[in-house]
Amino acid sequence: MEIIVSQLTKPYGDIPAVTGVSFEVHPQEVVALVGPNGSGKSTLIKTMATIFSPTSGTVTFDGEDIFTADPADLATRVGYVPQHFTYTLYTSVFETILLGRRRHIKWSVSAEELTRVQDALDTLEIGHLAAKNMDQLSGGERQKVFIARALAQDPALYLFDEPTSALDIRHQIDVMEIMREVTRSHDAAMIIAVHDLNLAYRYADVVVMLDHGTRVGYGKPANVLAPSLIEQVYGVTACMVENEYGQFLLPVRKHEPV
Amino acid sequence: MTAKIPKKARSVHHLYCEGTRKRFTLIITLTALLVISAVISAGIGTVSITPADTLFAIGQGSQQIMDSALPSLQGTIILPVPGNPQAGIIVNNFRLPRIIIAILTGMSLAVAGTVMQGLLRNPLVSPFTLGMSSAAAFGAALAIVIGPGIAATLFFLSYESWIVLFAFLSGWLSMLLIYGIARSRGTNQATLILAGVVIGYLFQAGVLALKYLSNNDKLRELTTWLMGGMWGASWDAVILLIPCCIVCFLILESMSWDMNTLAAGDDVAKSMGINVERTRLFGLMVATFVASCCLAFTGIIGFIGLMSPHICRMLIGNDHRYLIPASALLGALILLVSDTAARTILSPVEIPVGIVMYIIGGLFFLYLLLRSKGRGLY
Repeated sequence: MEIIVSQLTKPYGDIPAVTGVSFEVHPQEVVALVGPNGSGKSTLIKTMATIFSPTSGTVTFDGEDIFTADPADLATRVGYVPQHFTYTLYTSVFETILLGRRRHIKWSVSAEELTRVQDALDTLEIGHLAAKNMDQLSGGERQKVFIARALAQDPALYLFDEPTSALDIRHQIDVMEIMREVTRSHDAAMIIAVHDLNLAYRYADVVVMLDHGTRVGYGKPANVLAPSLIEQVYGVTACMVENEYGQFLLPVRKHEPV
Repeated sequence: MTAKIPKKARSVHHLYCEGTRKRFTLIITLTALLVISAVISAGIGTVSITPADTLFAIGQGSQQIMDSALPSLQGTIILPVPGNPQAGIIVNNFRLPRIIIAILTGMSLAVAGTVMQGLLRNPLVSPFTLGMSSAAAFGAALAIVIGPGIAATLFFLSYESWIVLFAFLSGWLSMLLIYGIARSRGTNQATLILAGVVIGYLFQAGVLALKYLSNNDKLRELTTWLMGGMWGASWDAVILLIPCCIVCFLILESMSWDMNTLAAGDDVAKSMGINVERTRLFGLMVATFVASCCLAFTGIIGFIGLMSPHICRMLIGNDHRYLIPASALLGALILLVSDTAARTILSPVEIPVGIVMYIIGGLFFLYLLLRSKGRGLY
């Protein structure tokens, strides 16, 4: 599996949300999209999920243009978790996850599909919530359910739009560990928009930094998440702190231009 | 490890099977209640007929149809004849078509409501709250006032299908208007309802204007019709409605999984390969068609489209594969019982079924509002 994003451009109204962004994704890779609010992370993810059509540029999945591919077929290969969730009352957790199997269900639900749902529940350790209704869950639990839905889909490419924003630090680490493990064991890839630069630093193989819709950094986390670039993009003075657990990025103060 | 797998398999499987069993139980119970209500309803009225005689009368009617359809079989099957000689005429000519129309209308409105709520992801929409009922009523009223005329003769349309056509076109126009407004302003839940209310008023203005302009005979026809009721029931109407309803129900039922997926939001549905816009417009069109077909014969009947999907959703959840049939059966049951009450409470005087429905519906709505105290309605 190989995904090539080439010169992708998608304006959002008058705002040039994503402009000429290019990068590549390979199997077992976690690609983190970072950048300040409004830098185009969500638009890029949604365009790659074919929710938006780009005005120019291409995204190819194993050489096939995703915007002309059969949407139903593409849906078996790409799993998307949105930033904002929608759910309906009186829908249980396991039924929500079952929707991830939509493309494999014609009418009745086979035992295999239910087993996949069970596996997704177990992977995220939320089996005890299976029978609950979506409106009985906390924000963090709900977010895990939507991640489980993407897992049940078993795609080759995961597109996550800030999937850990409602989770506390323990569950953030939990989910990131699980997702990295899943990409490795399923030979899948993941593109994930994150705000937390340390999460990107620790879990991503490749970081794409966006600013005002353009790519300003691309490469290994250590190269992209350098204090100089962060200062330039975020306007924040940051420093690298090293201790026995590794290197950490510490935002220090608002950057004062000299 | 080996012991863990069957336990794993049991959990979600078990929940799913349990849910399915519950759903089938509800559907079977509702079907049984509907059949019993229909038999009882055919028996009560100005002339009381025992349930046995009612069944014999229905048998007699079916035999007559069979005899005329297959004359060679005449006399081979002899069904018992009701003890009351008038029973056959009363049941077959007057009460049965009315009961069938009530059932079909209840089903159509409930299905339309379920589908609209699912497609628009808004629990407050129904043919009534979206103004579609008023629009269909306007179309039907227009068809009554201008009469079938040359156009109908040209296209070989009966008076009934002429009214249905107008009701559908007008109902569909209102849906397009509401959908257009909602899209340009963002599919906000409140916007959708407000747009529906406003458009409902516009079409009501049209109906009032038609009443004002029409002559005495037409006015009388219009007024009784607009109150909502099963007066328009006849075998002609039944024959026209049954195929329309069956086709539309099957189409909508086949869209169940798409509606289930739409509950996850437009973006997720799109990423799952569903053409959201096309599914929504097509589903709304079919729902509008089936609801306006029935409304063309019964006048405006509110609340069923809102009430029965809600009750069923509370009982069996949101899976449209089961929700659509369950809601249809409940809608049919509610309307049949209301109509039977409306024609028998003050017998021999009939009160419009709308009165009964609005009392039940209003109380239900109040209950919904009060129940949701503290946690927001939706």
